[in-house]
Amino acid sequence: MSKFRTNIMVCGGTGCLASDSEKVFKNLKLILKARGYADEVQVIKTGCFGFCEQGPIVKIEPDNVLYVRVGPKDAKDIIDEHIIKGRTVDRLLYREPDKGKKAHKQEDMPFYKKQLRIALRNCGLVNPEDIYEYIALGGYEALGKVLTTKSQKDVIDIVKKSGLRGRGGGGFPTGLKWEITSKQPGKTKFIICNADEGDPGAFMDRSILEGDPHSVLEAMAIGGYAIGADKGIIYIRAEYPLAIQRLNIALKQAREMGLLGENIFNTDFSFDIDIKYGAGAFVCGEETALINSCEGKRGEPNYKPPYPAEKGYFGHPTCVNNVETFANIPPIILKGPQWFASIGTEKSKGTKVFALAGKINNVGLVEVPMGITLREIIYDIGGGIQGGRKFKAVQTGGPSGGVITEEDLDTPIDYDSLTAIGSMMGSGGMIVMDETDNMVDIAKFYLEFTMDESCGRCTPCRIGTKRLYEMLNKITSGKATMADIDAMKQLCYMIKDGSLCGLGQTAPNPVISTMKHFWNEYLALIKDVDNYQEEGRYIATNKDGTTIRS
Amino acid sequence: MTKPAEISAAETANENLPKEKFEELEKFINGLETTKGALIEILHKAQDIFGYLPRDVQLYVARKLGIPGAEVFGVVSFYSYFTTKPRGKHTISVCMGTACFVRGADKIIERLKEKLGIESNEITEDGLFTLKDVRCIGACGLAPVVMIDDKVYGRVKEEELDEIINTYRNQEVKH
Repeated sequence: MSKFRTNIMVCGGTGCLASDSEKVFKNLKLILKARGYADEVQVIKTGCFGFCEQGPIVKIEPDNVLYVRVGPKDAKDIIDEHIIKGRTVDRLLYREPDKGKKAHKQEDMPFYKKQLRIALRNCGLVNPEDIYEYIALGGYEALGKVLTTKSQKDVIDIVKKSGLRGRGGGGFPTGLKWEITSKQPGKTKFIICNADEGDPGAFMDRSILEGDPHSVLEAMAIGGYAIGADKGIIYIRAEYPLAIQRLNIALKQAREMGLLGENIFNTDFSFDIDIKYGAGAFVCGEETALINSCEGKRGEPNYKPPYPAEKGYFGHPTCVNNVETFANIPPIILKGPQWFASIGTEKSKGTKVFALAGKINNVGLVEVPMGITLREIIYDIGGGIQGGRKFKAVQTGGPSGGVITEEDLDTPIDYDSLTAIGSMMGSGGMIVMDETDNMVDIAKFYLEFTMDESCGRCTPCRIGTKRLYEMLNKITSGKATMADIDAMKQLCYMIKDGSLCGLGQTAPNPVISTMKHFWNEYLALIKDVDNYQEEGRYIATNKDGTTIRS
Repeated sequence: MTKPAEISAAETANENLPKEKFEELEKFINGLETTKGALIEILHKAQDIFGYLPRDVQLYVARKLGIPGAEVFGVVSFYSYFTTKPRGKHTISVCMGTACFVRGADKIIERLKEKLGIESNEITEDGLFTLKDVRCIGACGLAPVVMIDDKVYGRVKEEELDEIINTYRNQEVKH
């Protein structure tokens, strides 16, 4: 391998590729060659840096300078000024929107200051298409350590002690899931990676797979060893072509180096991974539906129990974990469970990756320790609301979650506190809304989504979401009465209580939570509210002529 | 191991669905280690080859795997990625993820429907465009996003739509 004095890292995540980072990459290479520096300076395409709003991002190492919004034409200046003359290209540095202060280094940027990267540790740092770079940063060391020095039980104990909980949204303790699966009788077991990220507006898992695919492969092998599986499956959305391509490259490299396959690290342990493609169905994020889809069937959920840990893929015990959960495993093994458990809150350990989007200045991917407040995420990391408008609400948990308003912004976030304030952790989508957004429209948007995505297996969800959507439509078209609102409330709880799987059980959440926090906006649209008052109090007339007062 | 049935690809072929394409699909299916659990994978391949999944292709897959045609149709109709209608030369996908929605994607898709004179998942009369609404393509930093084939247009404004569409129309005139 040749040695380079400088590395130019170009973000190759989907967001930056969409704004021409591929051309930036090519131009940088061409100009370097033309100037005769191709042997000294290397251009690398990395995974997502997270700061998507300012993409394409280019980072120069070891100078630790981060350039933002780099266009193909800027390549010349970066080479001629920075690389050859050693002068920073001022106009490409990040400036804080309000103060105009320039930030030279990554850690000077408010966006990165409060972040702690564990799952995203290698994203933007390594070339995801080169296994040697992953290994150079301690990659596959955890797998080696586990296979040569730890028993299955040791591994499960480490993960249990770390306090890691499922990052797909449910928050089930990962170690416990592994333990349950490992204790099932039967020789054939499976470990599945859930990469069917369907929440609209969330791209955490995709960024990990695009930026650091080996960390997931390594963790799956560790999990496979712990539960006694020799086969892993990655179930990934077909809509993620780049992630699929990088996973395939990673799998090939890992197999060539013997890190997957027969007798890994000269032990008795053999393990390999297959990729299965989803075909666009949100419900397949539910584990029993996902397993059905892996079997080539319609992705409808099953009644639980039996849980997948007992009867999963083709009837064998199966453990399903999320991409981000897996990405946390290698550091836990290497640094120890105490280290991981020292981060976060009492019941939620470690960090969480959020896809911060909507009406916020710094759209992007952020990883923060549990226990940080939403205010810190939105204002310190996210840089506040776009255009200086007023914050209204933030939706976490996607279509299954709820809105959080100003008054709850100082709640330290973890699985339980978010549930307590009427939302949920979810997989990590975080959509910020400002004063111009109508919350009834937002609720309707989510309902349209769940209505479309309801698989149709159980009646409360199939018909209930449709009726609920129609009611919301009636409200937004100004034809609804107070009686409709009452019926709607009832229907919400019927869907929640009567549905088979998580999709239906959580589908009414956006409606329930917007009704709770933005009752005024609903009232303003009701036609028989005669005397609507600011504080949400009203006097209305029922169909039978009686008066309702609040 | 579950093996594919021995049926001839030639029987199902017709003018619109050439024999070569069926043979390509047959080769793929015969090359699988097992067809157990592989239906979705096979349908992905079939859609790659034919561009869509018409009735004859679905029935061919069913016979090949020895399963009822209804089972194949059940899977095809369940997943939004599979389509039974032919697609236009270019596919215009409008991201309807939440991030794009709050930044005005709903207005963008309405304008496009007006301009093209079609609804979502329909094809224009000249066969040039198919309009689709898709869920999050992950370029939330560029919201609202419109994707034409593989090219992503970020921070799209309503008044830019004509220009974007015309680029593709003009390409057609030149050919």
